[in-house]
Amino acid sequence: MNDNRFTTRSELIGILVLAALLVVVLPLCLDVFRLNLVAKYLTYAFVALGLVICWGYGGILSLGQGVFFGLGGYCMAMFLKLEASSVANTKIQSTPGIPDFMDWNQITSLPLFWQPFHSLTFTIAAVILVPGLFALIIGAAMFKRRVGGTYFAIITQAVAAILTILIVGQQGYTGGINGMTDLRTLKGWDIRPDHAKVVLYFFEVGLLFVCIFIAQFIRHSKLGRILVAMRDQEDRVRFSGYSVANFKIFAFCVGAVFAAIGGAMFALQVGFMSPSFVGIVPSIEMVIYTAVGGRLSILGAVYGTMLVNFAKTSLSESFPELWLFGLGGLFIAVVLAFPNGLAGIWQDHVQPRIDRLISSRKPKSESGWTDNSVADGAPAE
Amino acid sequence: MFGEYSIGDLGSIFVMQGFAGLILFSVYVLMALGLAIIFGQMGVINMAHGEFMILGAYVTWMTSNVFQSYLPGLFSGYFFLAMILAFLASGALGMLVEWVLIRHLYKRPLDTLLATWGLSLMLQQAYRSIFGAREVGVDLPQWMLGSLKVSDSIEVPINGVFVMGLTVLITMAVAYIMYKSRWGRQVRAVVQNRIMAGAVGINTAKVDRFTFALGCGIAGVAGSAFTMIGSTGPTSGQLYIVDTFLVVVFGGAASLLGTIASAFSISQTQSTLEFFMSGSMAKVLTLLAVVGILMLRPQGLFALKVRK
Amino acid sequence: MLIGHQPKPFLLAVEGLTVSFDGFKAVNDLSFYVEENEIRVIIGPNGAGKTTVLDLICGKTKATSGKIEFRGKELTKLKENQIVKAGVGRKFQTPSIYDDLTVFENLEISFPRGRTVFGALTFTRDATVRDRVHEVAEMIFLKDRLDMSAALLSHGQKQWLEIGMLLIQDPDLLMLDEPVAGMSVSERAKTAELLNRIIKDRSVLVIEHDMKFVEDIAHKVTVLHQGQILSEGTMEKVKNDPKVIEVYLGH
Repeated sequence: MNDNRFTTRSELIGILVLAALLVVVLPLCLDVFRLNLVAKYLTYAFVALGLVICWGYGGILSLGQGVFFGLGGYCMAMFLKLEASSVANTKIQSTPGIPDFMDWNQITSLPLFWQPFHSLTFTIAAVILVPGLFALIIGAAMFKRRVGGTYFAIITQAVAAILTILIVGQQGYTGGINGMTDLRTLKGWDIRPDHAKVVLYFFEVGLLFVCIFIAQFIRHSKLGRILVAMRDQEDRVRFSGYSVANFKIFAFCVGAVFAAIGGAMFALQVGFMSPSFVGIVPSIEMVIYTAVGGRLSILGAVYGTMLVNFAKTSLSESFPELWLFGLGGLFIAVVLAFPNGLAGIWQDHVQPRIDRLISSRKPKSESGWTDNSVADGAPAE
Repeated sequence: MFGEYSIGDLGSIFVMQGFAGLILFSVYVLMALGLAIIFGQMGVINMAHGEFMILGAYVTWMTSNVFQSYLPGLFSGYFFLAMILAFLASGALGMLVEWVLIRHLYKRPLDTLLATWGLSLMLQQAYRSIFGAREVGVDLPQWMLGSLKVSDSIEVPINGVFVMGLTVLITMAVAYIMYKSRWGRQVRAVVQNRIMAGAVGINTAKVDRFTFALGCGIAGVAGSAFTMIGSTGPTSGQLYIVDTFLVVVFGGAASLLGTIASAFSISQTQSTLEFFMSGSMAKVLTLLAVVGILMLRPQGLFALKVRK
Repeated sequence: MLIGHQPKPFLLAVEGLTVSFDGFKAVNDLSFYVEENEIRVIIGPNGAGKTTVLDLICGKTKATSGKIEFRGKELTKLKENQIVKAGVGRKFQTPSIYDDLTVFENLEISFPRGRTVFGALTFTRDATVRDRVHEVAEMIFLKDRLDMSAALLSHGQKQWLEIGMLLIQDPDLLMLDEPVAGMSVSERAKTAELLNRIIKDRSVLVIEHDMKFVEDIAHKVTVLHQGQILSEGTMEKVKNDPKVIEVYLGH
């Protein structure tokens, strides 16, 4: 256990199980409509994954992850919207060639900050850099001044509120409350038909695993241990010669960039982006995905997101008035009874049973290969 | 944006908007007082505070309905009873919540934030099921309508002055309770050293419960005041929670004077800006200013340098 | 003041150091000098400002006025992590170790390499690190417990672990805040032995209440009272100083 191992064996099994589920089982078992729903859920899983690093390991609770999800999503949506607003497509507008909502708001030329979003390369860079830099600025301003904990959470929440009001208020530039709708093609490739959705799904799952591996790498590096150390004893880390603020900024930026990737995938996958994914309510909902999955568990974040969203969809379809009770109750139950979420339940109740089963079948073989740090458990699906 | 107004006009605008902002100021102060007591004294982040306020608003609405139907002769005085009932209802709910939920979480402040958020969702749904999704408005008694004419161009709404006066009274009462009464001393003792306070015979569990209930009760009174500036719906409270938290941290948590000053500056900035631009942009600018200042001065406006 | 201006450069020179909290001067115009390889013990009644002095030197608290010169560097202007880099290590009063990590990982984090964000990401646990961790673990009597979660250590072992975390930093000035508080008699003896071993090639500044322990290790003692120096010199001299007897030892 003294080695910098990238993953432990139990984690590797967990990753393989998740991969099998996402790559083989779900695509085979679900119709395109349901698979598309899973794809939508998974865009939030990026956010939840970022929160594991930022909140679970770094102890920084951000209640403004919707801001980064939204920034990533809007960057992507701006590119797609421009492509959908070609002169040919918008002949009937009084100013052809600009997005429809601009035309409705009496804007007659494309605003300057929209111009570079004609380029896909710029857009991809912006998806990462805009939220990353924004997080860097907020993080630097707050953490360098030793602001953290609940105070930081409130500030991030205020930022989410500000951005939502701004997007809704500046209709002509952002599409307002309806957001950017009617996104059609990516470099001429229609993103709307079923087969495109399936391709996008696999691309998204691929990206998700890239992010999972990055998160694993961070967690198993010394930086991951410093984050854990900081959560316990910030002063000790500081007086061991580390700049605590820089490490917090890093964790916050990782969380922001992951969320932004999720947002960009959302715009591609679902075909629109709106302020309802930016504000206070969605941001705090994203925190609950992580909490349900287990704030310390990288894979738990993915399962937690899928489970909560699945419950949300089915409950709000059949009993709309029960959903808020359910979500509220879930918050309370997780916090009170299961602070380590599904992963905690898995680790405390399921894993030991499996271990016993294995060791009873093959006595003395490899007892103790499970990591004694919090194991990433794959809850039974 | 000031270009098209003369200096005299601007003066009147500022004064009028200032008085128009009085109710908003009162709501902020009362909400923030409750939050500051709970957050500053107990370290608990109560995200359901807005829902406690809305409970007070619904109680006020119900009281006004009862008076209208059964005691129309006494309608002009219903507001006083409504406020007391609002205080009691929110306070009682607060006490229950503290007992069921909060007392298990005193050591995990970030978790109280999540748990009380869950509570706020449940309360919102409860209001929706009980009172319906539509927003309800409260009729004001005749004497509170209209305004006092101060000068040719300046008029002051009566209900604003009334609520303002009440706010001052409640604030003074809270200041007395927290800083002068025996009970307030116990609260502060528990804040500073929970174990020691317990050891000298203070019932810390009881102090916690009543502190939380007091904070929630004041939120209920804020709800009564709120009915004068907006209609009450299941999610109306949520719109205020972030603003109120900003008021508390901007003032420097645990500083009563700071809370009042910050509620005043935030509500007045917003109210004044609203005259010149859309309400949403006024809000964005106000919040941006507050967040910007907090980034430069995270300890808030009024904070002591503490030996730590 | 006992020590006037001497030609030999001091490791640490504190001059006119003052810090006030809302008007209350916790440390008031304090000056003292620590030589290379000296063990200096600071004693004084509760509230005398002992811990605050350490806080000021390591940058935890910012001075209101005064100078702290370490190896010619002015510490009052540096950030905490820069002060550590300059060669000052500090142990806190209550053992501050990382409960969620193993003893090995606790020590490894203090190893002075990869202290930037990027450095920590790319840090590898090579033979140098491993050898040094084992070496220090042996010194602090925790060789057999490297893979154990630090939360499971006893109070005394936690104190040693924190001392070990400082050792691995290899500071020129080691500051210890009550290193034997709450220790059993045998642990105390072991700690004294440990301290006597690790002071080679470095200076140590210790706050301690245990007079027996102070006599065992101190080269020189500084007595603080109400943020100011009451007396300074050898233990023998300080012990017989009537002012000291009145405010401190007499009780």
